[in-house]
Amino acid sequence: MTDIKSNLQKILDAGHFSVTSEIGPPMSANADFVRHLAKDIVVMVDAANVTDCQAAVVRMSSVAASLLALQEGVEPILQMTCRDRNRIAIQSDLLGASALGIKNLLILSGDHQSVGNHPQSKNVFDVDSIQLLKAMNDHMEHGVFISGSKSKMPAQFFLGATTNPFADPEEIQLIRLEKKINAGAKFVQTQAIYNIDRFNEWMEKVRKRGLHERAYMLAGIVVNKSQKSIEITATVPGMDIPDILIERMRNAEDKQAEGLAIALELISEIRKVEGISGLHIMAIGWDEIVPVILDKAGFLPRPVI
Amino acid sequence: MIVAEQKDFNDILRSVEAFQRVAVAGCGVCVTVCMSGGEKEAVGIANLLRLAAKESGRDAVYSVATPFRQCDMEFLDEHEAELEDADCILSMACGAGVQFMTEKFPDKVVVPGLNTMFIGVNRELGYWTEMCQGCGNCVLEKTGGICPVARCSKSHFNGPCGGSGDGKCEIDKEIECGWQLIYERMKRINQLDKLTELEDVRDWSTSRDGGPRTLRREDVQL
Repeated sequence: MTDIKSNLQKILDAGHFSVTSEIGPPMSANADFVRHLAKDIVVMVDAANVTDCQAAVVRMSSVAASLLALQEGVEPILQMTCRDRNRIAIQSDLLGASALGIKNLLILSGDHQSVGNHPQSKNVFDVDSIQLLKAMNDHMEHGVFISGSKSKMPAQFFLGATTNPFADPEEIQLIRLEKKINAGAKFVQTQAIYNIDRFNEWMEKVRKRGLHERAYMLAGIVVNKSQKSIEITATVPGMDIPDILIERMRNAEDKQAEGLAIALELISEIRKVEGISGLHIMAIGWDEIVPVILDKAGFLPRPVI
Repeated sequence: MIVAEQKDFNDILRSVEAFQRVAVAGCGVCVTVCMSGGEKEAVGIANLLRLAAKESGRDAVYSVATPFRQCDMEFLDEHEAELEDADCILSMACGAGVQFMTEKFPDKVVVPGLNTMFIGVNRELGYWTEMCQGCGNCVLEKTGGICPVARCSKSHFNGPCGGSGDGKCEIDKEIECGWQLIYERMKRINQLDKLTELEDVRDWSTSRDGGPRTLRREDVQL
């Protein structure tokens, strides 16, 4: 029997601090684009998110791009949103993904289509992200589809969810995080963290509920290449960037060096936070910086299990 | 009520200008209340059509008839004589009224004068908002009387997505986050604990997703 545990799960189960990054599929059928991104991070990260039409923009499918990453030796974390597919399509795609050897699944709501490049499209949201987490957990544990009918060989994934420590209202976001873990999430990636004080307060509440002991909490970091990049990031809904960081980028002569310095400082603070099991790096439009950060932060070489 | 808005006048004009005798049919209920297709609006549209015909030198007759409800055959029957003469009926009712008018006069061309929008409420003069999608399986008792299907842009059942900010929805700063409202309401009525329960996958077959719906009640049938 093939090993059903993903590399990411093995790393985390062994008590190592995990490191993941992202592969954003192109707005084209260019397989080399994905292969190239994968080659840059192979053996540098434990796994990489492969995004599902992020920002509601049509891109190469996350399942296809995940397979391309896998072929280059990068373990994919398949992202699946609830925006574009009904339960028939989602379950079908996930059976296919599992059959292709994709072992990590990150379930998200997905940005609303009105923020993307096809705002005229239909709004699906047949299931929400928590319902889908539970449905996939039931599928894996009991071999059932949402309808209750049985599958002889169910899909198997290391199930993940997302959380935003900075979204309103905080109390219900915590309730939602707990619901995601109750539904079956084994790892949780956070929204990008810039405000360490607020993140610490949030994690204290997470620890109080014991959630960090029931799922691996992986802290998100965005690395900004330019002043424009950090300013755009600041406009993303549910993002909290302290003015002082934006100010630092504004005043810096070498924006790239400053962006890198800020990221490294945040990483070093995040590593001190109790209950954080790993780091998730999002280098939007600056993919080549990921190995540099990992090297400078002392994450290399990655453990081999 | 059903909230509707008038179509662009030029679109209305294009759909009726080929006809010589046009009846503009208002509707006396929802669209009267939301001031888009009542008697007053029907008279207004008929006047504009007359002006447009005069300007382009066309010889056309525009009459007005306003059944109490276009969604009930008995009220359409009451106006049969007035509408019979027309070769085109411009229905200023919701989509249901337009279609019932079509059934009443199967040999005539019936065109819509409104865009039917939603089941909603009148918040202030000239401002209506959507409250219900007619999903056929009401959950308002679980969500503090605020609908997650109609008022959350993603129809989430287990709380807000991560995209809301300052209580507003990620799609538009003018739109309130439905789940922010549900949260505040549940807190106010001491039912926040209800939101910790996982709301399972929903059966959408009671909504339009199950196909066109019907309701038959034997208790009220003759």
